[in-house]
Amino acid sequence: MILLRVQGVRKVYATLTALDGVDLTVMKNSFHGLIGPNGSGKSTLLKCIAGAEFANQGSVTFAGRDITRATPAARSRAGMSLKFQITSVLPSLSVYDNILLALQAQEVMGTLALSRSRGRLHGRVIDLLAQFSLFEKRHDLAGSLSHGQQQWLEIAMAISRDPALLLLDEPTAGMSRQERHVTGELLIPIKQRCSVLIVEHDVDFIKDICDTLTVLDQGAVVESGTTQHVQNSERVREAYLTHV
Amino acid sequence: MIPWVEGTVLVLFFLLPVVLDDFWVLFFTRVLILGLLALSFDLVWGYAGILSLGQALFFGMAGYSCALLATELGITSILILLPTAALVGLTVALVLAAMVILGKRVPTTVFVALGTLTGSYVVERLARGWSYVGGQNGIPSLPRLTLGQHEITEGRVYYYLALAILTAIYLALRWLVRSQFGLVLAGIREQETRMPFLGYKVQNYKGVVFALAGLIAGVSGGLYAFHEGYVGPGQLGPVLSTQVVLYVLFGGVGTLIGAIIGVLTIDLFSFHLSEQWETGWPIVLGLLLLAVVTLRPTGVIGIFVSERERVGSFGKPDLSDSRAEVSGNEPGKP
Repeated sequence: MILLRVQGVRKVYATLTALDGVDLTVMKNSFHGLIGPNGSGKSTLLKCIAGAEFANQGSVTFAGRDITRATPAARSRAGMSLKFQITSVLPSLSVYDNILLALQAQEVMGTLALSRSRGRLHGRVIDLLAQFSLFEKRHDLAGSLSHGQQQWLEIAMAISRDPALLLLDEPTAGMSRQERHVTGELLIPIKQRCSVLIVEHDVDFIKDICDTLTVLDQGAVVESGTTQHVQNSERVREAYLTHV
Repeated sequence: MIPWVEGTVLVLFFLLPVVLDDFWVLFFTRVLILGLLALSFDLVWGYAGILSLGQALFFGMAGYSCALLATELGITSILILLPTAALVGLTVALVLAAMVILGKRVPTTVFVALGTLTGSYVVERLARGWSYVGGQNGIPSLPRLTLGQHEITEGRVYYYLALAILTAIYLALRWLVRSQFGLVLAGIREQETRMPFLGYKVQNYKGVVFALAGLIAGVSGGLYAFHEGYVGPGQLGPVLSTQVVLYVLFGGVGTLIGAIIGVLTIDLFSFHLSEQWETGWPIVLGLLLLAVVTLRPTGVIGIFVSERERVGSFGKPDLSDSRAEVSGNEPGKP
């Protein structure tokens, strides 16, 4: 069953064509990888899907609904969640409050003003802290965490409200080999709960956890299909591997 | 530490009229009323990241509205005029919010700052040129506020009225900014661009806070007009709006109590400096403000409290430990 369908998306910045008629499909409960050389348009495509940028042409359909012009908040409420490439946790808030903030986004203002949902959401916050090895750090400021821990906190925040689609922009950027391995293990259980679209430079990391891949080069799709199919593609080798 | 500072300031304000003469009681009444206005700015800028350079607009519009009700219709009851002042402040803030905040996309800080400053400037110019509201001269000789058959006279009665209102609004804001709603405001202040991706409609939160601040500024404007017995165009304009910014920057942004300390300190300094050096005192005051804002961006309150305490906690602080023991969760390895 198709969860996300991107059709003919084109994005132009002044004279630069970042995306030129990109098509992409993500199935329900699947891991889809988006790879390509630097400047190929991966992050731009993710931004167009999440609503950080609007496409100049084409459409984005999510769970059967056209969200091409929807705001990021509307997309998030529809079940889409984004982890940014650059960690954007809230550094002056505690790790606990960061997750609570992500969890309480759907509450109405009156409930929040009366702090009525904190007790109800507390168990879920603790579960996420434990799942991402952040329980001991729950009182620490998010800004004091290591880079890898901040990435995990971001992923915990992104999956906190059980999204239907999780968008991960380079989740292992700046991580050590050990941290990359741990991140991969953290992501595997998520598969049973939602679909994931991952932009990643680390081909070894992405081929191990993704079912399907799309390869971009110069704003256009070079190849798309199962991991095995893409790995064996001559076009990919020419377009991608020679650039990296 | 902040509760100690808050308690000390409250006790100090409570005892001041006992030991001071009438002149200083009037002086500190003005401090309390302007403290309300400063609180309104601290709420929008210190907690929601809205750089409003037009807080005087709500202050002055409420003052003018109440003055007109008193002079044209003979209404002097505080039970009618104060709610009216609050309503006018709220309504004007909502109208301005609709223009500069509540768009589809989150507006930039500069856009909001210029929008609110322009609103304040335009209305001040209109008031200066409109004879119905007294033009340059404003509306003088306002009657006293009344409660039933009793007049609320300037002096100790007005002082404690202003202190009671300031304390009530302060406590309400303190509760709000430490609630889960306050956590959202902290999120907006820290990473505004991140919040929509978590599902928050940032503009709605900003609009609510902006309107609430307008309401508080309106109450302040109503109280000020009847304390001074006069409203004038200066109470609407950019000069007062930017003065409020200085109060809060000096006292400490995003702490509430910093706003009150800012008004208290700057007005006391201004008064004493102007006595010592009649013409040059604004230069000394300006240099002092510049030094504090540059060397201590967290303001005077930053000397007493840590950044962690300044940001605060939200909801019920002890809850994060209790459930862990109940659930028996251990920090598992992934």
